[in-house]
Amino acid sequence: MRVNITVNDEPRSDEVEPRLLLVHYLREVCDLRAANVGCDTTSCGACTVLLDGKSVKSCTVLTVQADGHSVTTAEGLDGGAEELHPVQAAFRAEHGLQCGFCTPGMVMATVGFLSENPHPTEEEVREGLEGNFCRCTGYHNIVRAVLHAAESA
Amino acid sequence: MSILGTRVLRTEDPRFLTIGGNYTEDLVDERLTGAVHVFFVRSPVAHARIVGIDPSGALAAPGVVAVYTAADLADLPDVPPILPTMNQAMKRPPLARDVVRYVGDPVAIVVTEEAYQGEDAVELVDVDYDALAAVVDIDESLAGETLLFPEAGTNVAIEYGSEADLDSKLFDGCEVVVKHRIVNQRIAPAPMESRGAAAVWGDDGRLTAWIPNQGAQGTKGAMVGMLGIGAADVRVITPDVGGGFGAKFGADLEHVATAWVARKLNRPARWNETRYENLLGMTHARAQIQTVTVGGTRDGRMEAYRLEILQDCGGYPKIGGLLPSLTILMTPGTYAFDRAESIAKAIVTNTTPVGAYRGAGRPEATAAVERAVDLFAAEIGMDPAQVRRRNLLPPFTEPHQTKFGAVYDTGDYEAALDRVLEAADYEQLRAEQAKRRANGDPIALGIGLSSYVEVTGGGAESGEPHENALVEVHPDGSVTILTGTSPHGQGHETAWAMLASDVLGIPMDKITLKWGDTDLIPRGGGTGGSRSLQQGGSAVQKASRELVDVARTRAAEELEANPDDLQFDVATSAFAVAGVPGTSVSLAQLAEHERLFVETDFFQPGATFPFGAHVAVVDVDTETGKVVLRRVIAVDDAGVILNPLLADGQRHGGIAQGAAQAFLEEFVYDADGNPMTASFADYPFPSATEMPSFELVDMQTPTTYNPLGAKGIGEAGTIGSTPAVQNAVVDALSHLGVRHIDLPTSPQRVWKAIQAARSENA
Ligand code: FES
Ligand code: FES
Repeated sequence: MRVNITVNDEPRSDEVEPRLLLVHYLREVCDLRAANVGCDTTSCGACTVLLDGKSVKSCTVLTVQADGHSVTTAEGLDGGAEELHPVQAAFRAEHGLQCGFCTPGMVMATVGFLSENPHPTEEEVREGLEGNFCRCTGYHNIVRAVLHAAESA
Repeated sequence: MSILGTRVLRTEDPRFLTIGGNYTEDLVDERLTGAVHVFFVRSPVAHARIVGIDPSGALAAPGVVAVYTAADLADLPDVPPILPTMNQAMKRPPLARDVVRYVGDPVAIVVTEEAYQGEDAVELVDVDYDALAAVVDIDESLAGETLLFPEAGTNVAIEYGSEADLDSKLFDGCEVVVKHRIVNQRIAPAPMESRGAAAVWGDDGRLTAWIPNQGAQGTKGAMVGMLGIGAADVRVITPDVGGGFGAKFGADLEHVATAWVARKLNRPARWNETRYENLLGMTHARAQIQTVTVGGTRDGRMEAYRLEILQDCGGYPKIGGLLPSLTILMTPGTYAFDRAESIAKAIVTNTTPVGAYRGAGRPEATAAVERAVDLFAAEIGMDPAQVRRRNLLPPFTEPHQTKFGAVYDTGDYEAALDRVLEAADYEQLRAEQAKRRANGDPIALGIGLSSYVEVTGGGAESGEPHENALVEVHPDGSVTILTGTSPHGQGHETAWAMLASDVLGIPMDKITLKWGDTDLIPRGGGTGGSRSLQQGGSAVQKASRELVDVARTRAAEELEANPDDLQFDVATSAFAVAGVPGTSVSLAQLAEHERLFVETDFFQPGATFPFGAHVAVVDVDTETGKVVLRRVIAVDDAGVILNPLLADGQRHGGIAQGAAQAFLEEFVYDADGNPMTASFADYPFPSATEMPSFELVDMQTPTTYNPLGAKGIGEAGTIGSTPAVQNAVVDALSHLGVRHIDLPTSPQRVWKAIQAARSENA
């Protein structure tokens, strides 16, 4: 099937199998490998990207469902004049990543979360990121990073 | 001012945050063009004879290149248990040959052109099983009615001492003796990146294998052994690794099978493990049943302690069989028992094999003794903090040798306990607890303590703990460091650059760290056992210093001066002649005509012993049994801290994993050996909502074993937090008469304990 998807601000048109998952489309067809696959039960959020600005688990979206929509991945976050987008910069400043595997998903979930709740409390951050697993950080610095990003916005 | 000891942001972060790490599944490499995809048919039953395997359905499916079974892999040797002292009949074939021994045991390999084709085709391999009785329970295994390896004659893989060695008089004279059987449950390491491999054989007959691992050299050694080929014929490359936690050391049969397929088909091959496979196929952890006995005086002196361990190895004895030796090593923990002893038996069951996981054997020791202390305190009706204070080893700066062979290098356990109690405001917490109890509050407050000492950096390849480093300055002023350690989240790119920059005066952004390529770095012990900074970091600092010495000789020639008259100025990374302004030569300039590098080994006189104390605060809902972790306050003294950002990150992650073992995680089998928690939908993996922010208290007691004064920090948090949280849950219910709740303190277990205590009181 042919899909027309805007990926990181670039319109694309690709022929895909109906069963192709969005995460595999991004990784294999678009060569964007920041989003990772960490589970097979829509539990971990390692695959999180933005679909029309809202965070989704791209392992649970078929590519054809994204037809006519726009997708943003960690590669496509715009830092403006800076090297890093404010959320990415906050993750670095607060050491919100270790092995990095959960990180692109965590960052995209944060971008989506803060767009809905720009001034969250710590508890709201924890609830907002409940669907994103991290084995390395114990979430402590991830929560700091999200609060830091909210403050600096 | 030196940057050592300061909070330095990670240089590796921008890459991970923007394009993401380059993990094995992400690899784009022309050598892997046209790779086939490897899938494993895994046993759906815990224990069965394989009657027949019919691959025809799969072979007829689209894109299937081949199906292989154990018979095809006959050229690969069986893998013996990891220690020669283990029962050698418990060998593992490269694929299950006649018998499957756990759900998830690989039975056949399916190779396809496309990844999606394999997912379907594995379902089409028809394996006929003849069920055998499954042995799931440790006691059942010990009874030996069903043997996993009949030719072994027993289910016991190895024993460390035996009942006959126990001192029948150990508790003689004790006014109080408490004994309890406690479970240190099976959990899954579950790094966010599963396992995987990519393999290709060159025209020269050499294998190049990309494998997520914790030490390429050890992984290569394992591959060489399992493939039965020469060491010169294997190159292992470590891509970015999405977490290891001890479970990615060495190589597994799936890695070997991927390499085997690539050779057989003369095509590159790739394997990416699914989470379902990972939860069944990657080694599990902990899985001990312990019996603790502690005896002492009514006024709080603990005189004697005994620890008896039953270790579940799972279906094949791997590192699991070795773990009890580490538990035994750390038996007495931080306490000055007059007498202590421990023994262990490691047995096989029809479950996933057990291996190393953050702490590996030491968390089990701490959990046992810390539970024993609380049981003792409850029995004599004394505050657990007071009992600990009364019995801790006094501070020491000369090594303290235990009867279990551990040599604690430096320690001040009382100070750690005092600090954590003060930071937690222990008195105030007890007052709040009393108030809630007086008010009949259904939400009980629990306060749990732990005091721990652990062993880090004990293991390298062999012999004395050591690690190597190569530091080279290039003519453009950049630096390359090669290390035998293997970061997978720990931040070595930053930390090792700090160490080199501090000595060489070259900015960190000009320093590149390389690791994980056995052609480039043939020797190395990898990253695990919290060894990296103390040995690998010390090696980097040593090499950097030696490089300045080498450069000094060159600079003396260049400047026609006596080497002793030269001063090395770190600010400019250059030598100048003392008192002669205007003459100087930089390290970069000295590298122009001849390579300027030093390769060196750093040897440490022994393992180091970080220590600390934790306080956990929990709310326990006495009506539902639900535990909410409110606070963890932690003193983790790992000697001198190089970069508090990294050290705190290790502590946070460690504390969370330890706490999650205490009240959330458990890998569960039913009585027939069917896994009940083989997905992230079922396995209680902790999320951000279940963890509090952690309160870290600083304490740094240097070791003299390395010039950095550093001990290991990777596992400390895990070791301290499990018993603190478990003790907190029991403490919350102590007024009801609850003395013990097994791990994890799930709502069901907590609720049952409350009911049992109430009916006993009634
Ligand atoms: S891979 Fe999408 S939620 Fe885990
Ligand atoms: S940083 Fe490793 S899983 Fe989050």
